[in-house]
Amino acid sequence: MVDNGRKASDIKAANTGSSTGEMNFLSVSKSYGVGPLSQPVLEDCSFTIERGKLTVLIGPSGCGKTTIINILAGYENPDSGSVTLDGSPVQGPGKDRLVVFQETALFPWMTTYQNVIYGLKVRKEMSRKELESRAMDLLIKVGLLEFKDKYPTQLSGGMQRRAELIRALINNPKVMMMDEPFRGLDAMTRELMQEYYVRLFEENRGTNLFVTSEIEEAIFLSDRLLIMSNRPAKIRKTIEVNLPRPREFHMLTSLEYLNYKREALEILHEEAMKAFASGSKIAAVDFLEAYSERQASSEN
Amino acid sequence: MGVQQNTAVSGKKSNLRKLRKTVLSKTTYRGILAVIIFFICWEASSRLHFPIVGEIPPPSSVLKAMQKIVGDAGFWKSWLVSFKRVFSGFIVAQIIGIPLGLLMGINRIFRELMFPGIEILRPIPPLAWVPTAVIFWPTAEMSMTFVTFLGAFFTVVLNIIGGARSIDVRYLRAAYSLGSRRRDIFFRIVLPATLPSIFVGMAVGMGITWEVVVAAEMIASRSGLGFLTWQSYVAGNYPVIVIGMISIGVAGFLSSSLIRLIGNFFTPWRKVI
Repeated sequence: MVDNGRKASDIKAANTGSSTGEMNFLSVSKSYGVGPLSQPVLEDCSFTIERGKLTVLIGPSGCGKTTIINILAGYENPDSGSVTLDGSPVQGPGKDRLVVFQETALFPWMTTYQNVIYGLKVRKEMSRKELESRAMDLLIKVGLLEFKDKYPTQLSGGMQRRAELIRALINNPKVMMMDEPFRGLDAMTRELMQEYYVRLFEENRGTNLFVTSEIEEAIFLSDRLLIMSNRPAKIRKTIEVNLPRPREFHMLTSLEYLNYKREALEILHEEAMKAFASGSKIAAVDFLEAYSERQASSEN
Repeated sequence: MGVQQNTAVSGKKSNLRKLRKTVLSKTTYRGILAVIIFFICWEASSRLHFPIVGEIPPPSSVLKAMQKIVGDAGFWKSWLVSFKRVFSGFIVAQIIGIPLGLLMGINRIFRELMFPGIEILRPIPPLAWVPTAVIFWPTAEMSMTFVTFLGAFFTVVLNIIGGARSIDVRYLRAAYSLGSRRRDIFFRIVLPATLPSIFVGMAVGMGITWEVVVAAEMIASRSGLGFLTWQSYVAGNYPVIVIGMISIGVAGFLSSSLIRLIGNFFTPWRKVI
């Protein structure tokens, strides 16, 4: 059947990795406000999002991670520097770079099903039957088939996140960007969602960017870990996370994981202290959290 | 209390039990008691000739007048006339106000052009317009409709502008990223997102329209519930004043409930307003 044929070729592509989706962020600067009130958020910030990999961006809260996503997605323009996708400059939002936001952006007036097919519908790229079958496949995959005619307000937090995931995935974007999507979920749901997400990634091997302020989540998910500095933001360090895939939670007790964690926490600690010294309250809270985690892990 | 049962049949039974519990609960008893006491005090204050309050026609005479008036075709005609005025003014206000509000909500230039004019006219109470309306509209009915129109119009426009401007930017961003063009954004995002505000504007506007119609009728008309109420005062037929008031209250309530029902039908994703 056509469906099975398509699935087989998807899996093939998954194993060979995505051939597109590399994004280059070059010397980007961005400030908010004018004149004397101007606040630089990013300054000469550069990094690469490698194709077919899960890149995680981690940093203290309020350090500019959301701004980076907004610029990559085309919602905001950098003041200077360039942003390219596979070599061509980014010019505004498009279906090749889709974002799952921190707070749900599912359209409340549409059912889950209508939300999921929205992109395909407005771009008119396929017949209704194709559209329907694709949507159903994904709904079944994330376990939302029974809820397809419910409204977002009738779904739990975890279900909303899953729906948003497939609303983006169904469009086969070149780059998937997640902006702290699991923040605010309870610990168990969060773990479940992390597993869901990493499995989806390992199947598709598309280019993914994941933003978080949680170090365990970051290491668990990533192939490459980019550690951000405080405002004005730059990338302090890139860590290649070479844990084997598929990722399992028991890896969080391995020695390599703990080494990565220590490495990352050192820098985060430094940056948080700078934030603390410069009077940023939010970063100070993260500092305290990171510091207590450090104490906990050094006691092990 | 009891074990929760999961079969469909006992589900229906428990719903009935719940309803009975609500209807026959202490809260309901207290409410009914309060209303009964209110009527007793009202009747008593009249019979015992209390100062001021005692002058109000008592429930007994109101009931008597009600029995008489229910058979009077003229009474029901007043209802019809007032309803017609309210709805004609209201509907014109929606026809003009909704597109205007949407346009002002989404287009900054248009909004900046129209807003000052609207803000200058808005503080003038619709009733203050009555003499002017009577002068320049050709028929009395048109002047009434104009005044009721004004009552609903500003409310609708302002609510819609507020609703359209407070659409979460993330919905727009998500929609653009997914490939929407301008008309998709308008019809699939802006319009549904603003729908709740439209209905709030309608519900509030409906209430204002009734207030306006009643007063306008008292001033400048020879028909309708407002006129009936005023006329009863002039003619010394005091119980009918109370009937007029009750009628206006019920009519307003029915109209607002209708709007609310329609609103809930068109916005199924929201909890009941």
